[in-house]
This record gives sequence, C-alpha cells and structure tokens, in this order.
Amino acid sequence: MDGYKFTLSGASLIALKSGALFWPEKRLLCVSDLHLGKVDRTMRRGGPMLPPYEVHDTLMRLEADIISSQAGIIVCLGDSFDDLQAGKSLRDEELRWIMRLQAGRSWIWIEGNHDPGPLDIGGKHLQILPIPPLNFRHIPSIDESGEIAGHFHPKAQLSLKGKFISKPCFLLDTDRLILPAYGTYTGGLKTQSYELSSLMRSEALAILIGKHLNAIPMPRI
Amino acid sequence: MLKTSQRPSQLLIAPTGAGKTLAGFLPSLCELEASSGNGLHTLYISPLKALAADIKRNLMHPVDELGLKISVEDRTGDTASHVKRRQRAAPPDILLTTPESLALLTSYEDAPRIFAGLQRVIVDEIHALYESKRGDQLMLALSRIQGLAPGLRRVGLSATVHDPEAIADFLSMGQKLCPIHIADTGPPPDIKMLGVLENLPWSGAGGRYAINNVLDQIKKHKTTLIFHNTRAQAEIFFHHLWLANEEAMPIAIHHGSLDKQQRVRVENAMIQGQLRAVVCTGSLDLGIDWGEVDLVVQIGTPKNVKRLVQRIGRANHKYNAPSKAIIVPANRFETIECVAALEAVEENDLDGESKGPGPLDVLCQHILIVACSGPFHPDTLFQEVCSTGSYDTLTLKEFEECLEFCTNGGYALRQYDRWQRLILQPDGLYALRDPRSALRIRLNIGTIQDTDTLKVRLQRQRGGKSLGEIAEAFAATLTRGDTFLIGGQVVRFESLRDMTVEVSRRPDKQPKIATFMGTKFATSTLLCDRILERFYKKNWTGLPTETVKWLERQSSVSKLPMPGSLLLETFPRKNRHHLCIYGFVGRNAQQTLGLLITKQLEKRNLGPLGFVATDYATLIWGLDPIDDPKSLFALDDLEHGLEHWLLENAFMKRSFKAVATISGLIERNISGKRKSGRQATFSSDIIYDTLRKYDPEHLMMRVTKTEAMTGLVDFARIRKMLLRVGANIEHQSLRRISPLSAPLFLEAGRVPIEGQAVDRLIAQEAEALMSEAGLTL
Repeated sequence: MDGYKFTLSGASLIALKSGALFWPEKRLLCVSDLHLGKVDRTMRRGGPMLPPYEVHDTLMRLEADIISSQAGIIVCLGDSFDDLQAGKSLRDEELRWIMRLQAGRSWIWIEGNHDPGPLDIGGKHLQILPIPPLNFRHIPSIDESGEIAGHFHPKAQLSLKGKFISKPCFLLDTDRLILPAYGTYTGGLKTQSYELSSLMRSEALAILIGKHLNAIPMPRI
Repeated sequence: MLKTSQRPSQLLIAPTGAGKTLAGFLPSLCELEASSGNGLHTLYISPLKALAADIKRNLMHPVDELGLKISVEDRTGDTASHVKRRQRAAPPDILLTTPESLALLTSYEDAPRIFAGLQRVIVDEIHALYESKRGDQLMLALSRIQGLAPGLRRVGLSATVHDPEAIADFLSMGQKLCPIHIADTGPPPDIKMLGVLENLPWSGAGGRYAINNVLDQIKKHKTTLIFHNTRAQAEIFFHHLWLANEEAMPIAIHHGSLDKQQRVRVENAMIQGQLRAVVCTGSLDLGIDWGEVDLVVQIGTPKNVKRLVQRIGRANHKYNAPSKAIIVPANRFETIECVAALEAVEENDLDGESKGPGPLDVLCQHILIVACSGPFHPDTLFQEVCSTGSYDTLTLKEFEECLEFCTNGGYALRQYDRWQRLILQPDGLYALRDPRSALRIRLNIGTIQDTDTLKVRLQRQRGGKSLGEIAEAFAATLTRGDTFLIGGQVVRFESLRDMTVEVSRRPDKQPKIATFMGTKFATSTLLCDRILERFYKKNWTGLPTETVKWLERQSSVSKLPMPGSLLLETFPRKNRHHLCIYGFVGRNAQQTLGLLITKQLEKRNLGPLGFVATDYATLIWGLDPIDDPKSLFALDDLEHGLEHWLLENAFMKRSFKAVATISGLIERNISGKRKSGRQATFSSDIIYDTLRKYDPEHLMMRVTKTEAMTGLVDFARIRKMLLRVGANIEHQSLRRISPLSAPLFLEAGRVPIEGQAVDRLIAQEAEALMSEAGLTL
C-alpha cells in the first residue's frame, strides 16, 4: 500500500493520500470525521443550500480506499454523521451503498461529539476501540499513548516562495496520531491553534495529504 | 433643478466641487419647509459611509441657519443598533445612507410603513455606483421602494462622464424620460507631465526617481495630494519622501489598508489645513471637499482617463478656478501613456466601458431580501425587476432560474425537497420556509467582497496600537524578524496571534517590500487605442527625446505595434527562447494570454518556463524556439483552453467565491468572528470543485464564467482584439531582443509555469524544513 509509513507504539501504520489510515497487520482501514449529511443539516437550520453531492463524493472516495486496501475492518472514528438526525435522513440509495460496503467486513462506528449515540444502521457502535497496542477514539485524551483520534480536522500552512498553501494533514508524535477530516465538505483547524499546539509534542510532524504526501515539522505559533 | 423637481427622475452632471449635492437637496428643503415631521421624505444614498456623515454636517448648516425644523440623520454600518431601531419606528425627514444599509432596510417586514410617504431619493456619485454591483443592487432596492411609494422621484448626481444617457437610463424606471442637466465644466485644468526625465527608469511603477522633484512642488504649493495606483507603491513612496524631507514638512499617508482611526486623523488634519501633502490611493478618489488642495500629483499613469479627471478635480475644489495637476510617468513607456492621457483630457474624451446586463448573483440576493420582508408573487417581482435600468433585458427564463436557485438550490442531479429555502404557498406566493433564515440572509447583504486580511498591531507590551491590515497571503510569507512598511513606518514581524499580526517598530531597518492586496487597474481600451493610433501616425508630439529615439529604434530593427494588427516578436536570449505578444489589451487580459499561450506551448512540448505581463505586452520564455507563433492565436483554441483548463485556475475560484457569496450559496465570514474547527465555514474552493464535478452547468458556474470574462480573466478583451485583427498577425523573427521588449525583462511579477512544479516545490520545501529541524524522512 502506497503512503507514508511510520510506527506508533510499535504498530506499523500507513497514512494514505486520501486522509485514511491503514494498519496492514490487521487489514484495518480507519477514517475520521465523514460528517455525512452536513449539507442536509445546514439546510434544516435555514442555512444556504450547498450542492447536495457531498455524501456521494465522500462514499466514492471511501469505496476506492476500501477496494484498494482490501481492508477487512473499517473504523469510522466519530463524527461520521453531522448529527443524529442527519444520519436518519440519509437517502435510501446512500444507505444501501453503505450496507454494500459493510458486506463481508467488520465495521465499527466510534461515537463522536456530533453523533453521540447509536444509529439505526449496521455495524458495531463503540465509544472507544482498543486493539493493543492502539486505542481508537474520537476526541484525543491528554494522558494516553498509542492513541488514534480525529475531531480537530487539522490543516497545515506552508509558504512557498511567497505562495501560500494550506492542506489538511495527519499530526503525529510519539503518543498519538490525529487524522484529517475525510468528509468532502469539512473545514479545517490550523495547526497553530492553541488546541493543537498544546496537544501535540514539540517534535510532532504534520503529514500533508493530497496528490502527494509530505511530512513537515508541525507549524506552530 | 427646482423647475423640473416634479419629474419622476432627473440626472445632474457637474464636476466635483460645483455644489451639486446641495442642489440635489434644495427641492427637498423647499418641500419640507412647508410640511416636515411626516415621516421619511427624502433618502440620500452615497457610495461612501464617510460621505454620508460629511453631507449631514454640510446640510445642517443651511437647515439651522434658515431655522427649519427638519430632522436629518445618517444610517450606515457604523450606526448604533438602538439608533437604527428608533429610525425604523420613527424615521427622520431626511435619511442619509449607503446602498447596503438601504437594502437591509427594505428587508424588514415594516418596510411598507417606513417608505410609505417617501417623496424623493438622491443618488450621489452615481457614476461610481453605475460601474459596480452595488449600483445594480441599489436599483433593485429602489424598484422595491417605488412599489411602496409610487410617487417617488429620483435624482442622480454624477461627475462628468462619457455617456450620460446610459446613466440616465440606469437611474430611471424604463420610461427613458430622464432629463439631464449638465453644469458648466468651469475652466480647463492646468495639467502637465513632469518635465525632469533624465533619470527616468525603463520599468517599474513607483516613481521614486522623482522624489526630489515632488518635494520641490510640495514646497511651492499650499497643499498637495499625491495619488498612487497601489497601496504598496504609496507606502514605498511615502517612506522615501520622508527620508528626503529635510525640512520635516507635515506629510501624511492615506489608503484603504490603514487603520480607520488613523485615516480619520489624517482627514481631520487635512480639513484643518495642517498638512502640506498627503500620499494616497483611490481611497481619496471620491468624497469630502478639501478646498485647500492646490496641486494634485499623479504618480504613474492613471490607467484610465476618467480616473485622471476625477483626481485632477480634487485640486482647487472650487468651481471657477482651474485645477492644477502634474503627472509623473514611472517608466519610459509610461511617458507615451501619459501624453495620450493628457491629450484625452484636453479633448474631454472619457473612457467608458459599456455596462453588461445586471448580474444574476445580485438578483438572487435581491429575491432573498424580498422574501425576508414577506411573501411575494413571482410575476409582480419579475415586473418590478425588469423596470430597473440594470435588468430591463432580463428574460423570464433567467428570472425563473434565479428563483429556483433561491427556492431549492437549482441542482440538476438532486433537488432539495424537504428543506427548501423558499416554499410556494397555496395562494401562489413564495415565502421563507424557516424564519430563522431571514437573520442569516440579512447578515449576508451586500456585494462588496472583503479580501482575507489580518489586522496589524503593535505588540501588547508596546501599547498594542492598531496600525492597519495586510493581506493574509502576504502575512504568510513573513517570518519572525522580517520587516515591512505600513503607514509609513518600518515594522518588524514578531508573531501571529488570534488572527492578528503583532509587530514592533524598527525605524533603523530597511523594509522588505510591502505587498497589499489593493486593486491593480488595467489600462483602458481608450488609452491603449490612443497609443496605437500615435504609433500609426508616428505622432511624437509631447514625448521626451529619449522616448522618441527608443521608438524610432524599435521601428527600424522590428516594427511598432499598430492598430488593426497583432505584433509578435520571437528572439533568443541567454539560452532561452522568447515570444513577445503586443496585445495592448490591459494587464488582466495580457496575463490571461500568458496563461493560455504557455498552456498551448506546453501541449506542443516547447517547454515554457514562465511569463510576465504588462498592460501592453506579454513576454514568454521557454526552452525551445517557437517557429510558428501565429498558429498559437486561433480563437477557437484559446476558447477551448479557457473552457477546459482555465476553469481550474485560481482566478476562476476567486470569481466563484464572490458570486457564491453574493447569491447566498455560501455565507460571508463575518469579520471579527473567529473561525474555529467546529464552526468552520465551507470552503468555496471545495464547493467549486464539487459543482465542476457533478453539476458543471449550474447557475452559479455560468454566472462565474460570465463574470470571469470581464473581470480578472478579461477574456472579452482578448476576443475583441483577435476578432478585430483577424489574419493580420505580424511575426518578427529577430536575432536578439528588441528595444520595446527590453523593459519587460526588468518587470516584476514574473509567473513561473507550474505544471507539476507546485508539487515539486512542496516536496523541496518539506525536505528543507525537515533537515532544518534535524529530522529525516
């Protein structure tokens, strides 16, 4: 599998260009913050009517990753649905699509702050998934190590000879990995923010995703 | 004016300083003298907030002197909310406001009551509004108000313009019965080009070589305004002006990126006659009368004649005295443009690009504003919209598309059904589904686009004083210790905190060049044509001998560009092969030509490496010689390139962002509200990419394309030029660089071609950062 290879607490992992994480030893694919139904929720609250293609686009990319990685376990690391009602309002063809992806694989929904409860949708619903030596959870804890988390939608800024670029990224230090948001319409939080700067150790790396993967020291204030 | 004050609309054209604003108010004062206090009688609309406040001051004078009991109030974005509420409950006789505040006012349910008794509306500086979406929005709002107050009479006040009829049509309600009053233009201006030209540089735009001459002029005059075309140039010039200002004459700087308080301080000092000179930009093009100004200096060419006339008018803001102005060409080529501009001013030949049909994104916003004020019938609204000068050619189909967009998003593949924004009621009226959305729509009103800027502040321990704003993109290039210019001071970048750039003062340091976002104007068609005409007639009158020698040399080794043909030059230099395109279509279009032609060269594997564009020419360089450059200019190929490739370009995304924000597809970032991960707004780039992928024919994509044709991409000018020259493309294959192309080699703003280059740059930068940090991959 092509990607940025590294170890965390002894586990060999691969960060993929798409923003997914692959654990070859367990054939486990992990994605975070899909925010399915975000457009619907925005609308429901009287907000603007964004192009309603985001669920389709997110599932397309997820399907591509599942097929190319041949993963047997899929972990959705929380905020998979923009809220519980958004989960319920997915259209039939979208639900069928998810069921098709689930067939023959073990599928785990980790709860997030946006979707803090079980949904009437196949797969296992958990708060935390421990697979030693790693722990999968939505919001990172402060004191654990070997942690795989999401929640923050980190993005890193880079200045290229006067040109200014900002890309979603993984954040990695010796204790934890933070995944970028996988959903199509998801904004980002700059790594310079207080939340991320205080969470990550000083030697942390930002692994920029996109057409190519590039690791840089995490940009800080 | 008084005689015709009963007409439904009329237009008054007068040069700045002729007292036209007061003339506009005179009928109102007469009518109000008899019966004031009966609610809103007159609405005054100006493009500038500051102007509204200034007019209030000027208007209170005669009102108080005559002992009239007339209430005059202003209402802008700066007005306190309790005052605004009170104004809605009990409107004054005369309300002074801006197009945005007026649009907001029409969005309230009580709009019918507020405007019921309205008699007159005065639109000031209508020529400035006419050219922008703000004007289209204003006319839509007025069509709305006209429905509520059928007796409403309109008055437009305009500076001298190229086509008064067009503005009269724009102002009036279709009936085309708008009398135009043209005031005497007063004595012709006393205007000349700076005579000292020995050390005139070959390229660049700053005019630094003329610092001492400008200082001499300041000494000779009471108060001088020094206009620049960009904020960065103003800053650099100001810095050097002060270094040479040995007598320490009071000289200030004024531009749109400076902190508001600082600007107000400069304006007040100016009114009190405390300043000898102000270095400024377009921020002082319009506005407050400063009688003491007796000289205007324009640094660099004004790019269009209208702007030059407007700026000249800032000197001697008195009706009967000639305005005095000096133009300082910034480089050798500009002497030609300056002479052409002076000639145009003398002949009163003003440039005017004709205005296209009213933009649909503004119409979408208008439909939502109307929905906020209450349910509406689509037929009535359509008729109302068509009654405006901006939208008189709107088709029912276009209107229905906009309405559909506002109702359900107008998506081809999947409609919103459950959560429509507007719902069609059984009585045939459209209404907001969710009343909460009214609040969001109101927050989004307006057509002015804010660029992403960051506040610049002194560090907290140094007082934390706010200095102004810089573009986010510029801030991103700064690292701790870098110095730049703002408000004439050299400051040192310390840190970026809470969306604020913290700096310290470093007067001892040399500044890194400041780049602000500010607008870069493209030279107008009129000026370009005048220059080509001079080349054709070999008319060198008014030009310095150095320039004439240079042009003669060009005409003997190659050719001069001519009207009716397109001149191309190819020549080798320093292992690179060059192509120079003398399109004379203005900076934006020349830039687009650079993008499109290099793309063609890449397709032909000719290894283009980069290009640079000015208002007249594009210079492209690459690895291989171009034998047949004429074949690169097939209009079909260029249009194809535009369709299939330019759509991915950053310019398109920027145009889309503006269109999507105005039409309410994405919400404006309210300044001051910080983005955090959880409330992150939708990235317009991602929405654009999604639409391109799944719904390329969506209304927003079509509006974006139309927009790009004239705005940043300006393909319309390229098309016009190619159609005009037809097969008349002249190719000069030279053995070396030509005199006319030489300055292009010194021009700043070279654009490297970034096929896979960006990815390579990221990888390089990443490697450098990692090794700097002592890490290896």
